[in-house]
Amino acid sequence: MTATIDAAPYTVEEVCERFDPVMGLEVHVELNTATKMFCGCANAFGAEPNTNICPVCLGLPGSLPRLNGTAVESAIRIGLALNCRVRERSGFARKNYFYPDMPKNFQISQYEDPIVFDGYLDVPLDDGTTWRVEIERAHMEEDTGKSLHIGGATGRIHGADHSLLDYNRAGVPLIEIVTKPIVGAGVRAPEVARAYVTALRDVLRGLGVSDVRMDQGSMRCDANVSLKPKGTDAFGTRTETKNVNSLRSVERAVRYEMGRHAGVLLCGGTVTQETRHFDEQSGTTSAGRPKETFADYRFFPEPDLPPLEPSREWVETLRAGLPERPWERRARIQAEWGLSDEELRDLVNADALDLVADTVDAGAPPEAARSWWVSYLAQQANAAGVTLPELAITPPQVARVVALVAEGTLTNKLARQVVDGVLAGEGEPDEVVAGRGLAVVSDESALTTAVDEALAAQPGIAEKIRAGKTKAAGAIVGAVMKATRGQADAARVQELVLERCR
Amino acid sequence: MSDITRDDVAHLARLARLAVSDAELDMFSGQIDAIVDTVSRVGEIPDDVPPTAQVVPQTNVLRPDTTEPSLRRDVALAEAPAAEEGRFRVPRILGEEL
Repeated sequence: MTATIDAAPYTVEEVCERFDPVMGLEVHVELNTATKMFCGCANAFGAEPNTNICPVCLGLPGSLPRLNGTAVESAIRIGLALNCRVRERSGFARKNYFYPDMPKNFQISQYEDPIVFDGYLDVPLDDGTTWRVEIERAHMEEDTGKSLHIGGATGRIHGADHSLLDYNRAGVPLIEIVTKPIVGAGVRAPEVARAYVTALRDVLRGLGVSDVRMDQGSMRCDANVSLKPKGTDAFGTRTETKNVNSLRSVERAVRYEMGRHAGVLLCGGTVTQETRHFDEQSGTTSAGRPKETFADYRFFPEPDLPPLEPSREWVETLRAGLPERPWERRARIQAEWGLSDEELRDLVNADALDLVADTVDAGAPPEAARSWWVSYLAQQANAAGVTLPELAITPPQVARVVALVAEGTLTNKLARQVVDGVLAGEGEPDEVVAGRGLAVVSDESALTTAVDEALAAQPGIAEKIRAGKTKAAGAIVGAVMKATRGQADAARVQELVLERCR
Repeated sequence: MSDITRDDVAHLARLARLAVSDAELDMFSGQIDAIVDTVSRVGEIPDDVPPTAQVVPQTNVLRPDTTEPSLRRDVALAEAPAAEEGRFRVPRILGEEL
């Protein structure tokens, strides 16, 4: 069978001399609702197996699905953010198959009438240009349970003796976002694929509808790839590489499949329509089962869920509440704060952009806010082995510390001690200042007394200063700072020393 | 007349994970043929009647996103033919992963 030829992959450039790649990307996103799609079980990652299950998600006789309103709202918001149209009347369908990951033996999905359709996403590419990816549809469905295969050599299904099922994930709300065929990308196809999934992730994160953690499976990408010989119109046979689990893998999987298809076709073979598994280690794909034809799923309308007819008012309210697109927001912030490309990239990579923005919103100047998050707080996070957002200090607290410095209550050194106090759970910045007695000594008479005492204690130095050797004042300033436990404003102390020696 | 063939029945049987003998293939293809004929009378309905999957005149029946108690795991697993390590145990799965 020529279909199984697995010729050595060609490079993308070699492939594109003879063929035009065509891609279709399907992205599954788990919503971060409190509950599942059709029942009130908690939607939680990492719970003990089978602790978030009920008669509905177990498909027990007599149980009936009840639709999660927040999930519908999230689906509409995702559609609007992807410039989709919202269907006036949509409904659910049963997708029938036999596999124990769905105890009902069907998955509730949407078939002919997905809730949103016909949109696009303008995707930023590395060179600063954008690529418009057309969106075919986004529909609601439920996630499946997790299988654990026992007795096989590698935990995979082959050679397994039996399987164990955890249905905590069964029924978790999923949105599947499907692109139209992406044509004309040529050698940039792998990059476009990665850039699209990246942009989609950023949009979804901005909407706050999902954790979009590809490593935890809350965002999963299936990449369909086919090649058509240059100068022809008909698409070639496609393969679908499943569950590609990182942005980088999306790019690698598309590149590998392009090369593999070219290898098969140039040897006179035919590409088999099938699902493929991507191997993260080797960067290659391997054959899964031949894809069942659509009709085999025997879709039919779900009789237990009434149709959805989102009102125009509802849709427009949701549209009005959409956030800025992440890259537009980044561009605006970069301009407003006067950041270089590198400074912006550092903020984004450190997960600090939102934190700094929130700190600015809480009243801090951008430069001070940025400085705290990227230097001292970044060091503290690093030392504690947590990410910046996980650090036990909030943007308003940082803004308060910045304000205390600006009004002269704290020096930068004292401010760091206040931050330490907040991180140690000693309360709000003002409480830490009071609790640790950290406010700058700004009582002029107290400072003057301290200066006089220091001068009296070191008469030799005092004499030098009086003789005009102002550099000698440093020693007195140091003594005063020591006496006030660092809580004096050193510049003011310097002025006082010189005044008293005049 | 529809024309359900033995091959169609064999395909359906495979999808339904049913073992069907040769004699049954003949019997079922005749029976399913008759069923499909009967159901296909739906096609006589004029085109201007919209397809209806719902007979209850309700739309937008939504549930608030608030958690409700789940089953206790031991109760849920007690209903299963077999359980292991807090999970439902099923026989070896034939075919490929989805």
